[in-house]
Amino acid sequence: MDVDSGINRKLPPWDPDLIEDPPPIKKKNIFTVLVNSNDRLLVEDEYMDIKDLREATIRFLDNNGDGSCTYCQGLRSPQSSDNPGKAIVSLVNDRGTSYKLYISVQNELAAAYNELRDREAQRLYGVAFDDLSEAQQEEVQDMYPQKISEAEPVNLGG
Amino acid sequence: MAKFKKKSGGGTPAISTASLPDIVFMLLFFFMVTTVMREVTLLVENTKPNATEIKKLERKSLVTYIYVGKPKQQYIPQVGSEPRVQLNDAFARVDEIQQYVITEREAINEAERPLMTVSIKADEDVKMGLITDIKQELRKANSLKINYSTRKGEVYGDE
Repeated sequence: MDVDSGINRKLPPWDPDLIEDPPPIKKKNIFTVLVNSNDRLLVEDEYMDIKDLREATIRFLDNNGDGSCTYCQGLRSPQSSDNPGKAIVSLVNDRGTSYKLYISVQNELAAAYNELRDREAQRLYGVAFDDLSEAQQEEVQDMYPQKISEAEPVNLGG
Repeated sequence: MAKFKKKSGGGTPAISTASLPDIVFMLLFFFMVTTVMREVTLLVENTKPNATEIKKLERKSLVTYIYVGKPKQQYIPQVGSEPRVQLNDAFARVDEIQQYVITEREAINEAERPLMTVSIKADEDVKMGLITDIKQELRKANSLKINYSTRKGEVYGDE
């Protein structure tokens, strides 16, 4: 049977008036993922395999650099994100990137968030995130808010 | 002296056809049950990429589909082999998407319009340039909830 399923995403509004000037964001709070037209990944200025992306994203989100996140288990590296609320994933594609890889990257980023949320759901309520009530889901979501920014694609070449 | 005695067997007896209706009806019901109605005829190749973190699309009446991919073999002479967009049963240009989405949204009753989702069913070989153009059109149409249609499966491993 043809079951419709996929990755849900929300697009930013088109209306330029609605977009406020972005507040200044520290570079260490941004996790940059670049994908070029040869389907190669550049994560935080280093080549990376898609297999390692999930792990790297979790490390970034869970870093807890300023110590304000009580439930994080990260390394508290001063070079990485301050806390999950400030951590932003920035994804930049090339126009020549294949859709397959784009979906893979989106999937791995979503998986990183889901893994962290699942961990917190297990810790707080002892069940998987999907089995929580709506209010509880919202609470756990707020612990790791999903902030994925997609720049308009550029010709990175490569 | 009847030398020409009638053969008692008379050859193979005719097969009883009493169960024929049973068989016919069984087949009929089998096909009725297993047939799925396709809403559209796909004009483009559509091998969806794999993903694991997927959500099921609920409320099909609120979902609008956009198909993207290379035209199928029999359409290549007319439209070429470059990836194309398909809306309903016809090929479309990217700039037609905005109008299409707005028309589809008008058809939904007003209270549920914000819940409308556009499902992008793109082939895995399509380049992001085209997908981005589609996304820009959707933004212009102010239809911001989208879903990248995927199959369930591991992302890497078969490469």
